[in-house]
Amino acid sequence: MTIKVHLSSHVRSYTAGKPMVEAEGGTLKDLMTDLERRHPGLRFRVIDEQDRIRPHMNFFVGGVLVRDLGHPIAPGEAVHILGALSGG
Amino acid sequence: MTQRVRKGMPKGKPRAKATKKASRVTKAGRVDLLLGTVKGAFTLKGDAGRRTWKLEGPHFLGCECNHWVLDWRDRRTMLLAAVTGHLGPTVYRSTDGGKKWTEATKPPAFPKAPEGQTGPAVSRTFYLAPGHESQPGVWWAGTVPHALFRSEGGGANWEPVHTFNRYIAGLKEKNAMYLSETPGGAITHSIIIDPRDAGHMYVSLSTGGTFETTNGTKSWRALNEGVSVVDFFPDPFPEYGQDPHCVVMSKANPDRLYQQNHCGVYRLDRALAKWERIGKQLPPKVGDIGFPVVTHPRDQDTVWVFPMDGTAVWPRTSPGGKPAIFRSSNGGRTWTRLAKGFPANQGWFTVFRQAMKSDTQDPLGLYVGTTSGEIWTSRDEGESWKMAAAHMPRILSIEVVER
Repeated sequence: MTIKVHLSSHVRSYTAGKPMVEAEGGTLKDLMTDLERRHPGLRFRVIDEQDRIRPHMNFFVGGVLVRDLGHPIAPGEAVHILGALSGG
Repeated sequence: MTQRVRKGMPKGKPRAKATKKASRVTKAGRVDLLLGTVKGAFTLKGDAGRRTWKLEGPHFLGCECNHWVLDWRDRRTMLLAAVTGHLGPTVYRSTDGGKKWTEATKPPAFPKAPEGQTGPAVSRTFYLAPGHESQPGVWWAGTVPHALFRSEGGGANWEPVHTFNRYIAGLKEKNAMYLSETPGGAITHSIIIDPRDAGHMYVSLSTGGTFETTNGTKSWRALNEGVSVVDFFPDPFPEYGQDPHCVVMSKANPDRLYQQNHCGVYRLDRALAKWERIGKQLPPKVGDIGFPVVTHPRDQDTVWVFPMDGTAVWPRTSPGGKPAIFRSSNGGRTWTRLAKGFPANQGWFTVFRQAMKSDTQDPLGLYVGTTSGEIWTSRDEGESWKMAAAHMPRILSIEVVER
């Protein structure tokens, strides 16, 4: 299942400047694994080594704020990875 | 006690004979300063006389750059520790002196905790140190929270030093209060490698103390005898729990260390085993609290500190708004205030632990980066100061590159 992933400017250095890329995965965790394969280095900047979403990054699945990487992604849902309006 | 410490010291290498003043070799040349700030990295390039300075950058604008270090062994490789307000910490790497940068493929990170358990995560890499001369490509990194990491690939891949990290975790388990956080987190810093022995290292923790290995990281021990702790601790001189802000080794005599601690300025002569508080001779109105300490590369007895106000609520400013560096030329028995050029009044900056360094020229150059975003330089061993750059973000670190 191909998913559209929208990215804020914070991480576009990993996607050659693209604000939207595609990746695959049935859960947020799987999606991030595939995203890391396609865009090496991106995952660790937004998710720590204990699989916790970094405090000032927000993930939205189908428009809903999600902080659990096990969250499923339904067909047609887009994912947004955005820097929060915080973080210094 | 003396015997115990001697026994643990590195074997097989002759001790360098300590000299009051090693031969003064006149050196002259250009100096570049690598500056890490809260909002990016900059280069401050000096002319041949160290009189005029040109600021270049920013590099990595918006990144908090805790440390930017040139590998003195190949003089090409550079590592830069960075984090942003939103993104996790990483290490950037250049192999051409800073022209091109790539990100570490595996930045310092803890192992994933077993399912159902909570594990730590690196929030920033704070300190970077090239390894021993005999180990090209080896680098060390100290992080927040407390942990030591090692790279064998010139900083491209990092692995935890489990012996140290488990040792520290064990100490914390025994007494969490003694290994706690500073306002900047639980900082690992002052990674010092004995130039005579690759297996002999010092690592310091804020808070936690100074620790030593003499067998290439296989085992560690505390090295804090004589160093006091804050007065609310039950034991004024515990085995660990001190807060060394900055520890340096004398290049003129590697068996002498100095530290600027949260609780004073200290000197350690390894043969004596015990740190001696040498800051008590600083003027009482100034005190002996501060972050950085620098020692003369050719004179084991010359040392500089930049005191800050550590009274009551800990303003962390220049005491009385009168910034000054203090120099001792006799190992800390007496101190001289050096403030020519600094604001005489209403100067409220201070200097962080990695933001005061020297070059090796004769006379020695000293470089200070302030919390107010200024760089001050002295080309006469601290006697007089000029501002070389202003209006920058808060300065976190300075490294001196001599061309």
